[in-house]
Amino acid sequence: MAQLTLVQAINDALKTEMRLDDRVLVMGEDVSVDGGVFRATEGLLQEFGPERTLDTPLAESGIVGTAIGMALYGLRPVAEIQFDGFMPPAFDHIVSHAARIRWRSRGRYHVPLVVRAPYGGGIHAPEHHSESPEAYYAHTPGLKVVIPSSAYDAKGLLIAAIRDPDPVIFLEPKKIYRAFREDVPEGDYTVPLGKARVVKEGADLTVVSWGYMARISLQAAEEAQDEGIQAEVIDLRTLVPLDIETVIRSVEKTGRCVIAQESPPTCSFGAELMALINDKAFLYLQAPPVRVSAFDTAIPLYRLEDPYVPDAGKVLRGIQRVMQF
Amino acid sequence: MAKSTEFKSKERIKTDRKGGRSWTLGAMIRVLDDDGHLLDEDYESGLSIEALKKIYRWMVVARVFDERALALQRQGRLGTIAPLSGQEAAQVGSAWALQPADWMFPSYREHAVQAVRGQRWVDILAYWGGNEEGNRIPEGINNFTISIPIATQCLHAVGAAWAAKLKGDRIATMVYFGDGGTSEGDFHEAMNFAGVFQCPVVFFCQNNQYAISLPREKQTASETIAQKAIAYGFSGVQVDGNDVLAVYQVTKQALEKARAGGGPTLIEAITYRLQHHTTADDWTRYRSQEEVEEWKRKDPITRFRKYLEREGFWGQKDEEKIWEEAKAEIAKVVEEYEKMPERDVEEIFKYTYAEMPWNLKEQLEDLRAYLKERGEGKEE
Repeated sequence: MAQLTLVQAINDALKTEMRLDDRVLVMGEDVSVDGGVFRATEGLLQEFGPERTLDTPLAESGIVGTAIGMALYGLRPVAEIQFDGFMPPAFDHIVSHAARIRWRSRGRYHVPLVVRAPYGGGIHAPEHHSESPEAYYAHTPGLKVVIPSSAYDAKGLLIAAIRDPDPVIFLEPKKIYRAFREDVPEGDYTVPLGKARVVKEGADLTVVSWGYMARISLQAAEEAQDEGIQAEVIDLRTLVPLDIETVIRSVEKTGRCVIAQESPPTCSFGAELMALINDKAFLYLQAPPVRVSAFDTAIPLYRLEDPYVPDAGKVLRGIQRVMQF
Repeated sequence: MAKSTEFKSKERIKTDRKGGRSWTLGAMIRVLDDDGHLLDEDYESGLSIEALKKIYRWMVVARVFDERALALQRQGRLGTIAPLSGQEAAQVGSAWALQPADWMFPSYREHAVQAVRGQRWVDILAYWGGNEEGNRIPEGINNFTISIPIATQCLHAVGAAWAAKLKGDRIATMVYFGDGGTSEGDFHEAMNFAGVFQCPVVFFCQNNQYAISLPREKQTASETIAQKAIAYGFSGVQVDGNDVLAVYQVTKQALEKARAGGGPTLIEAITYRLQHHTTADDWTRYRSQEEVEEWKRKDPITRFRKYLEREGFWGQKDEEKIWEEAKAEIAKVVEEYEKMPERDVEEIFKYTYAEMPWNLKEQLEDLRAYLKERGEGKEE
């Protein structure tokens, strides 16, 4: 078993699936010769050649639009958008076409496409390099949305996403691309889309999160343990399809819930979780659920990034508030 | 001036340099003059008499369909639809040049292209009558579904062409869009990708002079749309879009070039939308009766009929018969359209994903319960 960082696990997933399925190719800006600005596609050119590692012109709508055409023609493109903040030019093709082609054509056509992008704050980058756009995509019927938080999950989820018959938005928390090394099995395995992971069991309250915030939530839960609070931490892994059963079962058990997310709170995925918990577990609640989010502003440049992105202390404060209700 | 040497290399094709309006300056390729005379008496289309008659028939049926669809909408029997009248030569001529293995990416006005490629008129009508089933392209017909967001389909066509090239398939893709579409970023990104990767794609622009109300000269400062190809490193050609033989010939050459690995081509077919943009539009707000009358005199159906008559392929009786036949055919289509079964509400939810997730199942169940409470649901 290899010890890999999260971004190396992404690379391993691409290599593994490209070896198994010659319909799979990667495309995007600087993905071939350069191996991607985060090196997620490093070494693919050498192993698979220029026809399966396509350096495209600098045009995000063009990347996703042509990737849709490729998927329609029977290939399995994995398109990289270099940063989360450059996804908006491709938004039209993602929401107006990729998400709807199965529906529009009554199943005659479908789009087995993965759009990968590094996502979230934390690397002191310029403007438009630190966005958390998951709610836009989770809101759009027809898309699946995947956000890994560990190296093992990153590889298994990406392979599952490439094999999925529907379009998948695969957001990679860039803050933890190289923050740790974890055991990652060699070769082929998948982590199914739509199955959350209980990272830590606990009886007192449930913390639901995804991506980088799942790591922060675990830290907060460990700190809470020192205060005698047993928090259960759930890493959703995929926002769509959502593993509602795992969330509701846990909230029914604990009666309390904190949702931790990196995005602004208004109309966020956390807001949707609050609504679902209200719909399905209201009578089990012993306290109003709490959302720990960023703010309803743009993410600031890096001198003010730390107070913007929730840290373990802020999640712990959320936990304490719910417990003290 | 658009570079179009490979089209002009065949000396038989004459070009009309006069042009009626500013946007037709340059070497627009024509086979027939406005009155259906061959510009070059030695011209040979390579089409059999049977094929010529079939092409004419498609043009007539498309016109009858279009007029009938407009009437149905006015009577409240059909939703909004985009009329194609005036563009029959551009659509039928180009579609006739495609081979079954090629892929066709339409915008929303290509009813005749869809039909020539094998989609049923009743399905086309059903789609505009609010039934997605009309968009279910039968297996074996390589037509993509219509794309309503302008010019987005250009990228899909390039992607499919690129995939075909990577897989070593000797096919071409063709994408339809209008003069307005050439202002969209996606048109330019598609042209750029197609040029860089030498994709086997034909960009077929029906320049029908208006994007709803905006005239062609306000859409772009370029003298022609065809010349935009130069910037992307491949050929552009202007063709008389109301001359079905010229359209067929130019499209056929562009498709053959694409299939043979010669890369993309942009075709600008100069035509005119005789009707409203859609049934929700009113063309009298932005153009004169005189202008429309002028283009009616250039009607592509009349022009082709005159050619067929002059060649001795067509007579008065044929003419009367074909319009009657077309009207009968479309009357049957309308009858079938209006008898289409009521649809189940499950159709709203199906096909969103390969597998229906729990939230859609819950929502469907709730809708069924609501309809049952109101006594409107299907009996279980």
